Amino acid sequence: MLRDELEGIYAILIKDLKAYYLKPPNISWGILFPIALALAFTLRNPQGLRDLAPGLVAMAALFGTTSMEAIVVTFEKRVGALERLFMAPLTHTSILLAKVLGGAVFGGFISAVMTLLCFTLLGMRIPHPSLYVAGLSLSLLTLSALGALIAFSVREVFEAQTLSNYFRFPMIFLCGVFIPVGRLPLPLRVVAYMLPLTYTVEALRASTSSPVHLSPLLDLVILTFFLVVFLLLTHRAMRRVFD
Amino acid sequence: MDAIVVEELTKYYGDLCAVDHVSFNVRRGEVFGYLGPNGAGKTTTIRMLSGLTRPSEGRALISGYDVLTEAVEVKRRVGVVPEVSNLYDELTVWENLKFISRLYHVPRAEREGRIRELLEMFSLWDRRGKRFRRLSRGLKRRVILAAALVHDPEVLFLDEPTTGLDVVSARGLRSLVRELRGMGKTIFLTTHYIEEADQLCDRIAIIVRGRITALDAPEGLKSKAGARYVVEVELSREPPQGLLEALRRLGGVETEGLHLRLSTDRPQEVLRLLPEEASKAGLRLVSVRTRGITLEDAFLELTGLSPEVMRMEKGGG
Ligand SMILES: Nc1ncnc2c1ncn2[C@@H]1O[C@H](COP(=O)(O)OP(=O)(O)O)[C@@H](O)[C@H]1O
Ligand SMILES: [Mg+2]
Repeated sequence: MLRDELEGIYAILIKDLKAYYLKPPNISWGILFPIALALAFTLRNPQGLRDLAPGLVAMAALFGTTSMEAIVVTFEKRVGALERLFMAPLTHTSILLAKVLGGAVFGGFISAVMTLLCFTLLGMRIPHPSLYVAGLSLSLLTLSALGALIAFSVREVFEAQTLSNYFRFPMIFLCGVFIPVGRLPLPLRVVAYMLPLTYTVEALRASTSSPVHLSPLLDLVILTFFLVVFLLLTHRAMRRVFD
Repeated sequence: MDAIVVEELTKYYGDLCAVDHVSFNVRRGEVFGYLGPNGAGKTTTIRMLSGLTRPSEGRALISGYDVLTEAVEVKRRVGVVPEVSNLYDELTVWENLKFISRLYHVPRAEREGRIRELLEMFSLWDRRGKRFRRLSRGLKRRVILAAALVHDPEVLFLDEPTTGLDVVSARGLRSLVRELRGMGKTIFLTTHYIEEADQLCDRIAIIVRGRITALDAPEGLKSKAGARYVVEVELSREPPQGLLEALRRLGGVETEGLHLRLSTDRPQEVLRLLPEEASKAGLRLVSVRTRGITLEDAFLELTGLSPEVMRMEKGGG
């Protein structure tokens, strides 16, 4: 029944927030990480910061969603707590959605801190707030689903970390934060357009009226496409966890 | 309808056949024991029956629902106490049970009452505010048992419920199992303690290397062993062949150093014959003891395994 499934998703989400995400060390990391990131860029490159702001928020979203979530899932897998969720009368889809929402909420918190910093310190302005919220929310879900895919595909916490970094670092360098995608050599440009974070940056830039390459609607459509693909792949990986 | 129906249930892990075409039925309200050494396939069976792991072959029904195609319906009706304590360390006893009650869709109005009832029944009410991490092993096991009962399941799976517990906690847990049986729950319990199976179970399946080698009530298993009594003898030196030959006419004989174990239906004759044969062989009887056959003796005869194998804990074998 749909009601039962929704109730289960909500229960898992709240439990994860309480047991893991909202622990004091994670909260302080969630605040310090954006500050450190913003400072690092301010010191290196005091000009053009407003231009950089959407990229900073995108990075906060990327690290915020994938870092903790991978730890939560692999940790629960190791101590047997994940098994408890799989024993409950819930579909795998609901368990997956709960885990993805957990990562997205935590990433959302860090992105919000980053947004606030960019707004107050770097002078970022958001002429199209609904596009900003839509682009950021969709990105949080998509990146969180990528985190879930990685976490459900590996056995150990360190494997999840390593594998995440395979995705994260190329994304950061190619997504247009440091070098505009248009100025990348063609092969790298092709790769850049295969990475979800590129569309996050594009959508956020559009909402701050910075120059963009694609229409914002297309960004949202492509992000949704990534989200669906990641969810489907994770769902398949989940079937193998206890077999 | 039987609570559990299992037909040719099988699980392969690569080349390893962890559960090998097992079939059995568990009646409603019965305590069914699954007795076997480590690695026999007990946990794998529970995982398949509770809808966690998909069977490779065969099928299983819980209250008529197929574990493969109707997993969610199965999960609504079963409670599982897994081998390892897997509740949430960071949450209190109360929060853990609250979470589980939501996960199992216990109606909101009934949640707190149910949890309170269970905590009181398991003498955990005073500890409801304690973090799970801070509890002793015995208390953890009780909380996990409570968690498995929050949604009032028809069938309860207990995977080695007393392994790793001290004597007192283990005894407490066994009496809880009896209480649950009295409440009409169907209980499927695995153990590698022969005594425990004997004390708790209405029927026992002996599982070795993924196969069921015997299935009967404890008394039935004992009678299958072929003799009703055991005479245990300690000798002053190792018994010569002649003595063993003479005793073999009265039952099955096994020796280990100075110890001799004879399973027989004619203990009186054994006791008469022993002193004669001993003096003929020129040795002394240090001690002689006659007792009824235990499940452990029967297990030994039915499986050919030694009780030592069963006493080995995880990692020891
Ligand atoms: N996930 C798994 N992958 C591979 N082999 C497994 C897995 N789970 C169990 N096994 C193997 O299956 C056999 C039965 O295991 P198990 O059911 O845990 O035994 P028991 O609970 O009786 O000790 C063992 O040989 C074990 O190593
Ligand atoms: Mg086991």
